[in-house]
Amino acid sequence: MSSYKFLEHTADAKFRAFGDSLEEAFGNAALALVSLMWKWQRTKKKTSKRIEVAGRDLHQLLSVYLEEVLFLFESEGFLLAAVERLEIEEGDEGYSLRAWLQGDLDDGEYEVYGDVKAITYNEMRVEMNDSCFVQVVVDI
Amino acid sequence: MELKRINSYTYEFPKCGDMNIPFRIYASAELLEKIRQDKTLQQARNMTCLPGILQTAYVMPDAHQGYGFPIGGVAAFDAKRGIISPGGVGYDINCGVRLLKTEYTVEDIGPHRKKLLETIFGTVPAGVGRGGATPMKKGDFLEVCARGGQWAVENGYATEEDLERTEENGRMPEADPDSLSSRAIERGIPQLGTLGAGNHFLEIQRVERIYDRDVALAFGMHDEGQVMVMIHCGSRGFGHQVASDYIHWMENELGHKGLPDRELINAPIESKLGKRYYGAMCAAVNYAFTNRQIIAHRVREAFGKVMGSSEGMSQVYDVCHNVAKMERHRIGGGTRQVCVHRKGATRSFGPGREEIPEVYRRVGQPVLIPGSMGTASYVLVGTPEAEKLSFGSTAHGAGRVMSRNQARKRFKAEKIARELDHRGIDLMSASRKCVSEEASGAYKDVEEVVRVSHEVGIGRMVARLRPEGVIKG
Repeated sequence: MSSYKFLEHTADAKFRAFGDSLEEAFGNAALALVSLMWKWQRTKKKTSKRIEVAGRDLHQLLSVYLEEVLFLFESEGFLLAAVERLEIEEGDEGYSLRAWLQGDLDDGEYEVYGDVKAITYNEMRVEMNDSCFVQVVVDI
Repeated sequence: MELKRINSYTYEFPKCGDMNIPFRIYASAELLEKIRQDKTLQQARNMTCLPGILQTAYVMPDAHQGYGFPIGGVAAFDAKRGIISPGGVGYDINCGVRLLKTEYTVEDIGPHRKKLLETIFGTVPAGVGRGGATPMKKGDFLEVCARGGQWAVENGYATEEDLERTEENGRMPEADPDSLSSRAIERGIPQLGTLGAGNHFLEIQRVERIYDRDVALAFGMHDEGQVMVMIHCGSRGFGHQVASDYIHWMENELGHKGLPDRELINAPIESKLGKRYYGAMCAAVNYAFTNRQIIAHRVREAFGKVMGSSEGMSQVYDVCHNVAKMERHRIGGGTRQVCVHRKGATRSFGPGREEIPEVYRRVGQPVLIPGSMGTASYVLVGTPEAEKLSFGSTAHGAGRVMSRNQARKRFKAEKIARELDHRGIDLMSASRKCVSEEASGAYKDVEEVVRVSHEVGIGRMVARLRPEGVIKG
């Protein structure tokens, strides 16, 4: 099974990201997101970033985590190439996530071909049955 | 959903269940058919369930599915007991349209058109991601947020006349820079003065047809063939971040239980959080006005450089089509202060309203409706009927009907460029992907949208503008 796939959506982009664990599905969701903007497969792993976010539930966690990836690109020009490791922990007030990212800084050599405005809750799903998947619609 | 037909272009969904008020759709049979194909009507129904919503909610002819409110949704809330919702404004706060007139004819610019486009393309960054067009320190950036157009005047980007001819005079004074997150500021600084991507564009156009000579003249459009410049963009990553921040903060403080859609999260207007969102939203509004102002300044510079002069390039108007504002409207027996949310809708005030610049007060407010790539755009004028029928609002554009994926498969960028070239339209774009995704075939027919607005009376046709040169992100 491929790590993510895009589904039809009139105005924007909708994807599902899969994994054997929730962590893996979250990791693939970041790759699906950035595939709308650049080719992560062709991006060099020259820079490391660590992100840490929290959410009151898994939907909010997914939303703020993907926003962070978007923010790293828009503020620092960080182009994600891989999610090396990702941990999700449940606590008293919801969930926390830590992720270790690899990628490169945009020096104008990469083609950035798409824009994502925001992560939305529209049709968002976080499923954890036999196999895990998350579904996200982004505003583009 | 069962709709009641009121007349040829008006349909009503009566109040039932948990709805607080009914909603109305302004559309032709053809447009309604398209509106029915996605979740627009369900989203319109959802918005009528919000607290403090008044009278009737409205769905514009170009409506399509959005987040929270549908795109093309208009609703007024009680200024004391009502709510304010980021999902009722949209992610691209103060996405809007600015129109400049020139005193050049299409023949004048003919031989220089390519050079003009190249010069503008060179100074107005288009496309995705980082900008760096207008380097500034954080302190200056906060000034932009607080004072919008006024900052632009003091820094040589705007004239006082530009401000007079901008909705809100280019500045919503309730802007509160303290209500912004540091990440919103970080996303905003590098992108000021940039066009962005997606459906945003900058076009050199010509007046192709004048429908109402008197009003067109008042707006500075005197002849067919006159060259105009239209700028369509918004608050970029800054506005998007403000929306995302407040959606999460409202969830954390108020929870989202009982909401039909999580994107409809809202706060009472009078609450601390509601006021903070309004303050942050106003800052993003000011940023977007300044963004379009800086771009307009660079366009004037380009005309000066290539054509020898930018004299007579005054601004017709600048409208926002994603915003919430405090306005006075007649509701029930009297006039009252309400918070109007326009998400993908343009203000359309008729003659006499004090919000309209004095030069236009006799005829009504200019309403600018951008077409899709390669198609005509329209100038309309606001009407007194709109104030009765839609809280002074009309459509904002064409509205998508086909997904970007489908569009990419169906339309090839090279072919589009060739077709445009055939029709004498130059195209410059930062990305081929964007060109095929934005093909006019992926959008509703803007002519039909404008015709319905005119027939219903919520915005009357003044002039049609045809693209001569297009810059896309």
